[in-house]
Amino acid sequence: MAVFMQSLLSGILIGGVYALIGIGLTLIFGVMRVINFAHGDILMVGMYLTYLAFTSHFGIDPFVSVLITFPLMFLFGGFLQKVFINRVLNAVAQNQILLTIGLGLIMSNTVMLIFTSDYKILSTSYSSSTFQVGGGVSVSVPLLISFLITSVITVALYWFLLKTDTGQAIRATAQDRDAAQLMGINVKRMSIIAFGLGSALAGTAGALISPTYYIFPQVGSVFTLKAFVITVLGGMGSVVGATLGGILIGITESLSAVYISSGWKDVIVFVLFLLVLLFKPSGLMGKSRT
Amino acid sequence: MLRVEKLNFAYDDLKVLWDVDLEVNEGEIVTVVGANGAGKSTTLKNISRLVKPSSGKITFDGKDLGKMQPHHVVEAGIVQVPEGRRIFPEMSVMENLRMGSYVKATRADRQKNIDWVFELFPRLKEREKQLGGTMSGGEQQMLAIARGLMANPKVLLLDEPSLGLSPLLVKSIFDIITGINQQGVTILLVEQNVYQSLRISHRAYVMETGRVVLTGKGEELLNNDHIKKAFLGM
Ligand SMILES: Nc1ncnc2c1ncn2[C@@H]1O[C@H](COP(=O)(O)OP(=O)(O)OP(=O)(O)O)[C@@H](O)[C@H]1O
Ligand SMILES: [Mg+2]
Repeated sequence: MAVFMQSLLSGILIGGVYALIGIGLTLIFGVMRVINFAHGDILMVGMYLTYLAFTSHFGIDPFVSVLITFPLMFLFGGFLQKVFINRVLNAVAQNQILLTIGLGLIMSNTVMLIFTSDYKILSTSYSSSTFQVGGGVSVSVPLLISFLITSVITVALYWFLLKTDTGQAIRATAQDRDAAQLMGINVKRMSIIAFGLGSALAGTAGALISPTYYIFPQVGSVFTLKAFVITVLGGMGSVVGATLGGILIGITESLSAVYISSGWKDVIVFVLFLLVLLFKPSGLMGKSRT
Repeated sequence: MLRVEKLNFAYDDLKVLWDVDLEVNEGEIVTVVGANGAGKSTTLKNISRLVKPSSGKITFDGKDLGKMQPHHVVEAGIVQVPEGRRIFPEMSVMENLRMGSYVKATRADRQKNIDWVFELFPRLKEREKQLGGTMSGGEQQMLAIARGLMANPKVLLLDEPSLGLSPLLVKSIFDIITGINQQGVTILLVEQNVYQSLRISHRAYVMETGRVVLTGKGEELLNNDHIKKAFLGM
């Protein structure tokens, strides 16, 4: 029982970060109908920013560095949208896919040029520290802190999307782009904000996992795939779905690593993914769009 | 106030508007009638700049709309309630209304306008929290008009507001349009319900296959032989 509780708890904690990654992708897809295949690479850039901040002579703690990563990645994403993605919004899907894949390749190769492809480890004083919650269950300190930060960001994001005029305008643009324009909403601007937010969330996720993950230029591809699975699982474009999907994937990975084998956890995740697609193709919270 | 001159437009290679001329003066209700596919909605989309004309000129109070983005047109005071309602399905009635006053200059009047549209459409007040997508067709139409009014329009473009409504509701929609007009909102109405719309309008245009073929005062056109034959089945 203790083992079960233990792995369930770590699953939920890591799932929080997955949720951030998934929400970022789903937000971008919802507003622009573009699948961002550079999502994992954007996360990777966030990891390297965090690494830079940590190894600079300021020695900024990875969790504190979120305060820098989030706005910087927002600007970076907004820039990508304005300069590149906006040009292909009405293009055929293959061209959009090629563009985002290409952007991702440029990011990973640029990072490789600067930092080489060596694995970097960002080890903090608490990287492997844990504390007991009782009943033989312990929690990893960095995972717990990252989960808390994730929760704060997620709550703030929900508030922004539900309560502010700009947040509502982003949702309106996602639901009906032409009707949004007829409300006087500048949909190009909403797209820039959405891509900026999506990138900020991915970059922040990168910052949060950097104390517990290897940092290398190709790390992004794993996360692009994961983000995609989470988003489809939750229902493309659904922020609530991506939140649930992220937690669900976290738990599934963690339980299957313990009860089956860590080598099999990705297989189990994909089996789950296929099962959901088989029985509810629009995803957990998805609506079949017409 | 709103003037469309020699408007030509094509969807890719398919030309659908030929030299369309229209004028709407302040305080008027002007109706555009015409059969399916005549180009009425396309004309409105050109005015709102959702599509860009191949040639021609659209001006509003003398200002050329030619360089404007769709959101600039709304800021200038031209607000369209599009065909098929197009309300935001996953937003509540209240959120839909709030989006109607998204433009910064109109936010100060938001509460006043909400009170006003709830007075016009008491049904919406009862359903404040309901998601737009789950409302009935008639309720969605009320919401679409109410949402348009939230933007403090100088000119309201209404594209087939009576489509799919019960006869009773059709009557009240036209009464409401007249009422809105009496409160000072200029109206450009596109309608298939030729009898009702001509009855309430000051002037009207008849479109056929992308061209304006006839124009005149509302009552005049009601008695026009061509109109009687083509639209009123007389
Ligand atoms: N997005 C589009 N792409 C290509 N052709 C279009 C598009 N929208 C409309 N058309 C064509 O343009 C012509 C004019 O259409 P429009 O919607 O303006 O007609 P309408 O007068 O509003 O008709 P209705 O009364 O049926 O709404 C039609 O032949 C239509 O098929
Ligand atoms: Mg039409």
